[in-house]
Amino acid sequence: MSEKLTPKLLVEPNKFCPGCGHGIINRVLAEVLEESGLADQAVGALAVGCACLMMDTFGTDWVQAPHGRAAAVAVGVKRMRPECCVFTYQGDGDSMSIGFSETLYAAIRNENITAILVNNGIFGMTGGQMAPTSLPGQKTTTSPKGRDAATTGQPLNMIDQMKHLPIGYLARGSVASAKDINNLKKYIKTAIETQMNGGGYSMVEVLSFCPTNWKMNMEKSVAHVQDTVKAIFPVGEFVKNGERTDA
Amino acid sequence: MTGSEKTSARMTQNRELCKGCGYCILQCPKDALSFSSTVNRKGYNVVDIDQEKCIQCAICYTVCPDSVFERVEA
Repeated sequence: MSEKLTPKLLVEPNKFCPGCGHGIINRVLAEVLEESGLADQAVGALAVGCACLMMDTFGTDWVQAPHGRAAAVAVGVKRMRPECCVFTYQGDGDSMSIGFSETLYAAIRNENITAILVNNGIFGMTGGQMAPTSLPGQKTTTSPKGRDAATTGQPLNMIDQMKHLPIGYLARGSVASAKDINNLKKYIKTAIETQMNGGGYSMVEVLSFCPTNWKMNMEKSVAHVQDTVKAIFPVGEFVKNGERTDA
Repeated sequence: MTGSEKTSARMTQNRELCKGCGYCILQCPKDALSFSSTVNRKGYNVVDIDQEKCIQCAICYTVCPDSVFERVEA
Protein backbone atom coordinates (compact mmCIF):
# COMPACT_ATOMS: atom_id res chain seq x y z
CA MET A 1 0.00 0.00 0.00
CA SER A 2 1.64 3.20 -1.17
CA GLU A 3 1.96 6.31 0.89
CA LYS A 4 -0.39 9.20 0.24
CA LEU A 5 1.32 12.40 1.20
CA THR A 6 0.23 15.98 0.68
CA PRO A 7 1.91 17.35 -2.47
CA LYS A 8 4.86 19.62 -1.77
CA LEU A 9 3.43 22.17 -4.18
CA LEU A 10 0.86 23.01 -1.53
CA VAL A 11 3.30 25.17 0.37
CA GLU A 12 0.80 26.58 2.89
CA PRO A 13 -2.68 25.69 4.14
CA ASN A 14 -5.31 26.97 1.73
CA LYS A 15 -7.46 29.97 2.55
CA PHE A 16 -10.79 28.68 1.28
CA CYS A 17 -14.00 28.36 3.31
CA PRO A 18 -14.83 25.05 5.04
CA GLY A 19 -15.93 22.43 2.51
CA CYS A 20 -14.88 24.47 -0.54
CA GLY A 21 -14.17 22.35 -3.60
CA HIS A 22 -11.21 24.55 -4.57
CA GLY A 23 -9.09 22.86 -1.89
CA ILE A 24 -9.65 19.46 -3.50
CA ILE A 25 -9.02 20.73 -7.04
CA ASN A 26 -5.83 22.49 -5.88
CA ARG A 27 -4.53 19.24 -4.42
CA VAL A 28 -5.43 17.20 -7.50
CA LEU A 29 -3.69 19.72 -9.77
CA ALA A 30 -0.63 19.70 -7.50
CA GLU A 31 -0.51 15.89 -7.62
CA VAL A 32 -0.72 15.87 -11.42
CA LEU A 33 2.02 18.48 -11.85
CA GLU A 34 4.34 16.66 -9.43
CA GLU A 35 3.70 13.21 -10.90
CA SER A 36 4.26 14.59 -14.40
CA GLY A 37 7.56 16.19 -13.37
CA LEU A 38 6.24 19.62 -14.31
CA ALA A 39 6.18 21.30 -10.91
CA ASP A 40 9.19 23.48 -11.73
CA GLN A 41 8.09 24.48 -15.22
CA ALA A 42 4.43 25.19 -14.60
CA VAL A 43 3.10 28.73 -14.91
CA GLY A 44 -0.46 29.54 -13.94
CA ALA A 45 -2.60 32.52 -14.80
CA LEU A 46 -5.16 33.73 -12.28
CA ALA A 47 -7.65 36.50 -12.78
CA VAL A 48 -10.23 37.17 -10.10
CA GLY A 49 -12.33 35.54 -7.40
CA CYS A 50 -11.64 32.82 -4.87
CA ALA A 51 -9.22 31.15 -7.30
CA CYS A 52 -6.74 33.97 -6.64
CA LEU A 53 -6.39 32.85 -3.02
CA MET A 54 -4.21 29.99 -4.26
CA MET A 55 -1.46 32.32 -5.42
CA ASP A 56 -0.01 32.38 -1.89
CA THR A 57 -0.48 28.70 -1.10
CA PHE A 58 0.25 26.87 -4.38
CA GLY A 59 3.95 26.83 -5.14
CA THR A 60 4.13 27.30 -8.91
CA ASP A 61 4.87 30.53 -10.74
CA TRP A 62 1.82 32.72 -11.26
CA VAL A 63 0.80 35.65 -13.38
CA GLN A 64 -2.02 37.85 -12.18
CA ALA A 65 -4.23 38.69 -15.15
CA PRO A 66 -6.85 41.44 -15.30
CA HIS A 67 -10.41 40.43 -14.37
CA GLY A 68 -11.45 37.39 -16.40
CA ARG A 69 -8.50 37.60 -18.81
CA ALA A 70 -6.42 34.69 -17.56
CA ALA A 71 -6.69 32.83 -20.88
CA ALA A 72 -5.30 35.80 -22.84
CA VAL A 73 -2.36 36.13 -20.45
CA ALA A 74 -1.71 32.37 -20.47
CA VAL A 75 -1.64 32.41 -24.29
CA GLY A 76 1.01 35.13 -24.19
CA VAL A 77 3.16 33.17 -21.76
CA LYS A 78 2.82 29.94 -23.74
CA ARG A 79 3.73 31.59 -27.05
CA MET A 80 6.88 33.09 -25.53
CA ARG A 81 7.79 30.11 -23.31
CA PRO A 82 6.50 27.02 -25.15
CA GLU A 83 8.54 24.70 -22.92
CA CYS A 84 6.46 25.72 -19.89
CA CYS A 85 3.29 24.01 -18.77
CA VAL A 86 0.88 26.95 -18.89
CA PHE A 87 -2.56 26.76 -17.37
CA THR A 88 -5.39 28.97 -16.23
CA TYR A 89 -7.31 28.35 -13.05
CA GLN A 90 -10.59 30.26 -12.88
CA GLY A 91 -14.04 30.07 -11.42
CA ASP A 92 -17.21 30.22 -13.47
CA GLY A 93 -17.92 33.90 -12.91
CA ASP A 94 -14.34 34.68 -13.83
CA SER A 95 -13.99 32.51 -16.93
CA MET A 96 -17.56 32.26 -18.24
CA SER A 97 -18.95 35.70 -17.45
CA ILE A 98 -16.26 38.34 -17.09
CA GLY A 99 -13.77 36.51 -19.30
CA PHE A 100 -16.11 34.58 -21.59
CA SER A 101 -14.61 36.12 -24.72
CA GLU A 102 -10.99 35.38 -23.79
CA THR A 103 -11.83 31.85 -22.64
CA LEU A 104 -13.74 30.99 -25.80
CA TYR A 105 -11.36 32.65 -28.24
CA ALA A 106 -8.40 30.79 -26.78
CA ALA A 107 -10.32 27.61 -27.65
CA ILE A 108 -11.37 28.91 -31.08
CA ARG A 109 -7.71 29.57 -31.90
CA ASN A 110 -6.80 26.17 -30.43
CA GLU A 111 -4.11 27.76 -28.29
CA ASN A 112 -1.85 25.19 -26.67
CA ILE A 113 -2.79 25.92 -23.05
CA THR A 114 -4.76 24.09 -20.37
CA ALA A 115 -7.79 25.76 -18.80
CA ILE A 116 -9.27 24.62 -15.51
CA LEU A 117 -12.71 26.13 -15.01
CA VAL A 118 -14.31 25.61 -11.62
CA ASN A 119 -18.10 25.68 -11.85
CA ASN A 120 -19.92 26.15 -8.55
CA GLY A 121 -22.87 27.98 -10.08
CA ILE A 122 -22.38 31.21 -8.16
CA PHE A 123 -20.12 34.21 -7.67
CA GLY A 124 -18.49 33.04 -4.46
CA MET A 125 -16.03 35.68 -3.39
CA THR A 126 -18.38 38.62 -3.93
CA GLY A 127 -21.10 37.14 -1.75
CA GLY A 128 -23.14 34.63 -3.74
CA GLN A 129 -24.60 36.50 -6.71
CA MET A 130 -26.16 34.73 -9.69
CA ALA A 131 -23.59 33.49 -12.22
CA PRO A 132 -24.05 32.43 -15.85
CA THR A 133 -23.94 28.84 -14.60
CA SER A 134 -26.58 29.25 -11.88
CA LEU A 135 -29.34 26.71 -12.36
CA PRO A 136 -32.94 27.65 -13.19
CA GLY A 137 -34.71 28.23 -9.88
CA GLN A 138 -31.45 28.59 -7.95
CA LYS A 139 -31.73 31.16 -5.18
CA THR A 140 -28.85 33.60 -4.95
CA THR A 141 -28.49 37.08 -3.47
CA THR A 142 -29.40 38.59 -6.87
CA SER A 143 -32.10 36.03 -7.65
CA PRO A 144 -33.81 35.71 -4.26
CA LYS A 145 -36.90 34.07 -5.80
CA GLY A 146 -34.79 31.68 -7.86
CA ARG A 147 -33.20 32.20 -11.28
CA ASP A 148 -35.90 32.88 -13.86
CA ALA A 149 -34.67 31.35 -17.10
CA ALA A 150 -37.33 33.24 -19.06
CA THR A 151 -35.62 36.55 -18.31
CA THR A 152 -32.02 35.55 -17.59
CA GLY A 153 -31.56 32.67 -20.02
CA GLN A 154 -30.46 29.11 -19.51
CA PRO A 155 -27.25 28.19 -17.64
CA LEU A 156 -24.13 28.57 -19.76
CA ASN A 157 -22.72 25.21 -20.80
CA MET A 158 -19.10 25.91 -21.77
CA ILE A 159 -18.53 22.35 -22.97
CA ASP A 160 -21.36 22.78 -25.48
CA GLN A 161 -19.74 26.00 -26.68
CA MET A 162 -16.40 24.29 -27.25
CA LYS A 163 -17.02 20.70 -28.25
CA HIS A 164 -17.56 21.51 -31.92
CA LEU A 165 -14.21 23.29 -32.15
CA PRO A 166 -10.97 21.67 -33.38
CA ILE A 167 -9.35 21.50 -29.94
CA GLY A 168 -7.22 18.91 -28.17
CA TYR A 169 -9.09 17.85 -25.07
CA LEU A 170 -12.35 18.67 -23.32
CA ALA A 171 -13.78 17.10 -20.19
CA ARG A 172 -16.02 17.83 -17.26
CA GLY A 173 -15.36 16.34 -13.85
CA SER A 174 -16.67 16.80 -10.36
CA VAL A 175 -15.51 16.76 -6.75
CA ALA A 176 -18.72 15.25 -5.40
CA SER A 177 -17.33 11.80 -4.50
CA ALA A 178 -14.00 10.04 -4.16
CA LYS A 179 -14.63 8.26 -7.48
CA ASP A 180 -15.38 11.56 -9.20
CA ILE A 181 -12.19 13.07 -7.78
CA ASN A 182 -10.13 10.13 -9.07
CA ASN A 183 -11.70 10.61 -12.51
CA LEU A 184 -11.03 14.33 -12.28
CA LYS A 185 -7.37 13.62 -11.71
CA LYS A 186 -7.27 11.51 -14.90
CA TYR A 187 -8.95 14.32 -16.83
CA ILE A 188 -6.52 16.98 -15.59
CA LYS A 189 -3.58 14.66 -16.28
CA THR A 190 -4.78 14.04 -19.83
CA ALA A 191 -5.33 17.77 -20.34
CA ILE A 192 -1.78 18.59 -19.21
CA GLU A 193 -0.35 15.77 -21.35
CA THR A 194 -2.28 17.07 -24.35
CA GLN A 195 -0.68 20.48 -23.90
CA MET A 196 2.85 19.16 -23.36
CA ASN A 197 2.51 16.95 -26.46
CA GLY A 198 1.49 19.98 -28.52
CA GLY A 199 -2.04 18.69 -28.90
CA GLY A 200 -3.74 22.07 -28.69
CA TYR A 201 -6.26 23.61 -26.34
CA SER A 202 -7.33 21.50 -23.39
CA MET A 203 -10.04 22.37 -20.91
CA VAL A 204 -11.41 20.65 -17.83
CA GLU A 205 -14.54 22.04 -16.22
CA VAL A 206 -14.99 20.97 -12.61
CA LEU A 207 -18.37 20.85 -10.88
CA SER A 208 -17.66 22.09 -7.39
CA PHE A 209 -19.56 23.27 -4.37
CA CYS A 210 -19.77 26.48 -2.37
CA PRO A 211 -21.42 25.48 0.93
CA THR A 212 -20.98 28.99 2.32
CA ASN A 213 -22.93 30.81 -0.38
CA TRP A 214 -25.27 27.95 -1.20
CA LYS A 215 -26.16 28.06 2.50
CA MET A 216 -26.05 24.28 2.61
CA ASN A 217 -24.16 21.89 4.83
CA MET A 218 -21.71 19.43 3.29
CA GLU A 219 -24.23 16.61 2.96
CA LYS A 220 -26.72 18.78 1.07
CA SER A 221 -23.98 20.33 -1.06
CA VAL A 222 -22.74 16.94 -2.22
CA ALA A 223 -26.30 15.74 -2.90
CA HIS A 224 -27.02 18.95 -4.84
CA VAL A 225 -24.10 18.34 -7.20
CA GLN A 226 -24.84 14.63 -7.58
CA ASP A 227 -28.60 14.90 -8.08
CA THR A 228 -29.22 18.32 -9.59
CA VAL A 229 -26.09 19.90 -11.09
CA LYS A 230 -24.89 16.76 -12.88
CA ALA A 231 -28.31 16.40 -14.58
CA ILE A 232 -27.74 19.76 -16.30
CA PHE A 233 -23.95 19.57 -16.65
CA PRO A 234 -23.12 15.91 -17.46
CA VAL A 235 -19.60 14.74 -16.59
CA GLY A 236 -17.18 12.82 -18.80
CA GLU A 237 -14.77 13.33 -21.67
CA PHE A 238 -16.13 15.16 -24.69
CA VAL A 239 -13.06 15.64 -26.90
CA LYS A 240 -9.88 13.57 -26.73
CA ASN A 241 -6.87 13.79 -29.05
CA GLY A 242 -8.85 16.22 -31.15
CA GLU A 243 -11.70 13.75 -31.72
CA ARG A 244 -15.22 13.94 -30.31
CA THR A 245 -15.77 11.12 -27.85
CA ASP A 246 -19.29 11.92 -26.74
CA ALA A 247 -21.01 11.66 -30.15
CA MET B 1 -10.31 -6.64 4.57
CA THR B 2 -9.57 -9.11 7.35
CA GLY B 3 -7.03 -8.57 10.06
CA SER B 4 -4.46 -10.79 8.42
CA GLU B 5 -4.47 -8.56 5.30
CA LYS B 6 -3.85 -5.40 7.27
CA THR B 7 -0.69 -3.65 6.22
CA SER B 8 1.66 -1.47 8.17
CA ALA B 9 0.12 1.63 6.60
CA ARG B 10 -1.66 4.03 8.85
CA MET B 11 -3.81 7.13 8.36
CA THR B 12 -2.54 10.19 10.15
CA GLN B 13 -4.09 13.61 10.45
CA ASN B 14 -3.04 17.18 11.07
CA ARG B 15 -5.99 18.43 13.07
CA GLU B 16 -4.87 22.04 12.92
CA LEU B 17 -5.64 22.08 9.18
CA CYS B 18 -9.20 20.80 9.65
CA LYS B 19 -12.10 23.18 9.02
CA GLY B 20 -14.74 20.74 10.22
CA CYS B 21 -16.69 20.42 6.95
CA GLY B 22 -17.35 16.71 7.54
CA TYR B 23 -16.89 15.62 3.90
CA CYS B 24 -14.55 12.83 5.02
CA ILE B 25 -17.18 11.52 7.46
CA LEU B 26 -19.76 11.40 4.65
CA GLN B 27 -17.44 9.48 2.31
CA CYS B 28 -15.72 7.04 4.70
CA PRO B 29 -16.88 3.52 3.66
CA LYS B 30 -16.24 2.03 7.11
CA ASP B 31 -17.72 4.75 9.33
CA ALA B 32 -14.30 5.09 10.89
CA LEU B 33 -14.51 8.88 11.10
CA SER B 34 -16.60 11.00 13.43
CA PHE B 35 -16.62 14.52 14.80
CA SER B 36 -14.53 14.89 17.91
CA SER B 37 -15.74 16.76 20.96
CA THR B 38 -12.64 18.95 20.73
CA VAL B 39 -11.88 21.98 18.59
CA ASN B 40 -8.60 23.06 17.04
CA ARG B 41 -6.89 26.41 17.42
CA LYS B 42 -8.99 27.86 14.60
CA GLY B 43 -12.11 26.87 16.52
CA TYR B 44 -13.27 24.15 14.14
CA ASN B 45 -14.73 20.88 15.36
CA VAL B 46 -12.14 18.31 14.25
CA VAL B 47 -12.48 14.66 13.22
CA ASP B 48 -11.46 11.49 15.07
CA ILE B 49 -10.19 8.35 13.30
CA ASP B 50 -11.21 4.98 14.73
CA GLN B 51 -8.02 3.07 13.82
CA GLU B 52 -9.75 -0.25 14.53
CA LYS B 53 -12.34 0.34 11.80
CA CYS B 54 -9.95 2.11 9.40
CA ILE B 55 -8.78 0.09 6.35
CA GLN B 56 -6.35 2.80 5.12
CA CYS B 57 -8.25 3.22 1.84
CA ALA B 58 -7.29 6.93 1.92
CA ILE B 59 -10.68 8.10 0.67
CA CYS B 60 -10.47 10.74 3.41
CA TYR B 61 -7.19 11.90 1.84
CA THR B 62 -8.90 12.04 -1.56
CA VAL B 63 -11.92 14.07 -0.49
CA CYS B 64 -10.42 16.35 2.15
CA PRO B 65 -10.23 19.96 0.86
CA ASP B 66 -7.68 20.87 3.51
CA SER B 67 -5.08 18.08 3.27
CA VAL B 68 -5.73 16.94 6.83
CA PHE B 69 -5.10 13.25 6.16
CA GLU B 70 -2.07 11.33 4.96
CA ARG B 71 -1.40 7.63 4.58
CA VAL B 72 2.06 6.76 5.89
CA GLU B 73 3.99 3.57 6.28
CA ALA B 74 4.29 2.87 9.98
